[in-house]
Amino acid sequence: MSTPFYVSPQQAMADRAEYARKGIARGRSLVVLQYVDGIVFVGENPSRALHKFSEIYDRIGFAAAGKYNEYENLRIGGVRYADLRGYTYDRDDVTARGLANVYAQTLGTIFSSAAEKPYEVELVVAEVGETPDGDQIYRLPHDGSIVDEHGSVAVGGNAEQISSYLDQRHQDGMTLAEALSLAVQALSRDTNGTQREIPAERLEVAVLDRTRPQQRKFKRIVGRQLARLLEADGASSATEAEDAEEE
Amino acid sequence: MEANTRSTGRLPAAFLTPGSSSFMDFLSEHQPELLPGKRQLPPTQGVIEAPHGTTIVAVTFPGGVVLAGDRRATMGNIIAQRDIEKVFPADEYSAVGIAGTAGLAVEMVKLFQLELEHFEKVEGAQLSLEGKANRLSTMIRSNLGMAMQGLAVVPLFAGFDVDRGKGRIFSYDVTGGRSEEQGYAATGSGSIFARGAMKKLFREDLTEDQATTLVVQALYDAADDDSATGGPDVARRIYPIVTVITEDGFRRLTEDEASQIARSVLERRLEQPDGPRAALL
Repeated sequence: MSTPFYVSPQQAMADRAEYARKGIARGRSLVVLQYVDGIVFVGENPSRALHKFSEIYDRIGFAAAGKYNEYENLRIGGVRYADLRGYTYDRDDVTARGLANVYAQTLGTIFSSAAEKPYEVELVVAEVGETPDGDQIYRLPHDGSIVDEHGSVAVGGNAEQISSYLDQRHQDGMTLAEALSLAVQALSRDTNGTQREIPAERLEVAVLDRTRPQQRKFKRIVGRQLARLLEADGASSATEAEDAEEE
Repeated sequence: MEANTRSTGRLPAAFLTPGSSSFMDFLSEHQPELLPGKRQLPPTQGVIEAPHGTTIVAVTFPGGVVLAGDRRATMGNIIAQRDIEKVFPADEYSAVGIAGTAGLAVEMVKLFQLELEHFEKVEGAQLSLEGKANRLSTMIRSNLGMAMQGLAVVPLFAGFDVDRGKGRIFSYDVTGGRSEEQGYAATGSGSIFARGAMKKLFREDLTEDQATTLVVQALYDAADDDSATGGPDVARRIYPIVTVITEDGFRRLTEDEASQIARSVLERRLEQPDGPRAALL
């Protein structure tokens, strides 16, 4: 029997992190932004059925980049966690913070356990509040750390570049159309800075809208409504451009 | 398996195991003691006294269905509660009204609502109306043990069938036996009287307004002859709960709307205590 090679813990962790990051980078990035009435999720997704964004509970939404089967598993775990907690206590006792903690523990345990391969996923858990101040957005990288984000966040392969683009341009109190158009611009920039076109049918868009009368605030934006929103901002930015030219 | 809803530790394996889209199935594997049907009752003599809800009625009309209930809960000859709510939205396109043991019924509705919502979130699609009706059947069947000890729950389920484009009503017996009703249905102790009233007033071409008035008339007649059913309580401003489900989804009439219908029915009854008359032939 051969003696196993010694690998330092630092090296082992670095290798696992790189493995996970490479897996995540293979998929397309997605962004989550605050707008005046809530939180909008935008991503490029050619599939109509396999979603990157979904509802977890009344005010809580979920977004994930990376390996589909792994984040789908975590998503269902989250739905079970939230539903069981709401059933045992009360609907108000289900919070994004609680869910983000559970995800962080789960991802962290998997990441540091030698028996399992690390998950190649990066998650966002968002909760819409009564006012924009009450909104919460948590980013959960593959290693189980947890980052409390404000305004805008991007996850996935090209996340750093997109994040810095968004940080410079995102403002509080944007309308949904403005936030959506900013998100699409950010996503359609290539690494070398050139723009490419993402057609509406390849976009997956969902919102947590605090103005919805229902208890459940999550809503997908599809078809005509999506086209109208994309157009609405196209029109307003066109008029802005004209105004600028006139000046 | 350890219950791990309180701590913020790692999700237990059961949460991450691929499996059914049913919340009840998940509960029965993970925390079966939380399921109402799994509860063991101590052997008791006679019937257990608990508040009972009484009359629920439903009527279809072209474009939807109306489900309504009175507000009284009784315990023996005592009025246990005057403003109980027995009609609940099950999801966006369906509602459930419950007669029988109030505590169990409310718990069952809560679990049923969650079951539908859970399926919708996991699968990304709604159950068919038929599927929802069958799910409710299973839940009543699991309550059979308690029903035999006098703690029965008998719901009326109504919804808008998006695929067929019409309102439908399902009634149940204590064993979970399910049957689809045509036009109108009622359950609970006052249901015999309500059904008589509806039989005389029902037509195929009711408008939504006529349908909501019809259910209030039927509930009035139930309260008139059944002591366990409460009529509109004008002094306390307690009116029946009336809900309408159409293509646009579930809507509960506001207190103003319900009071307006109830008051106009009451006014007519002051002149004509037996209510509207049907033609003899």
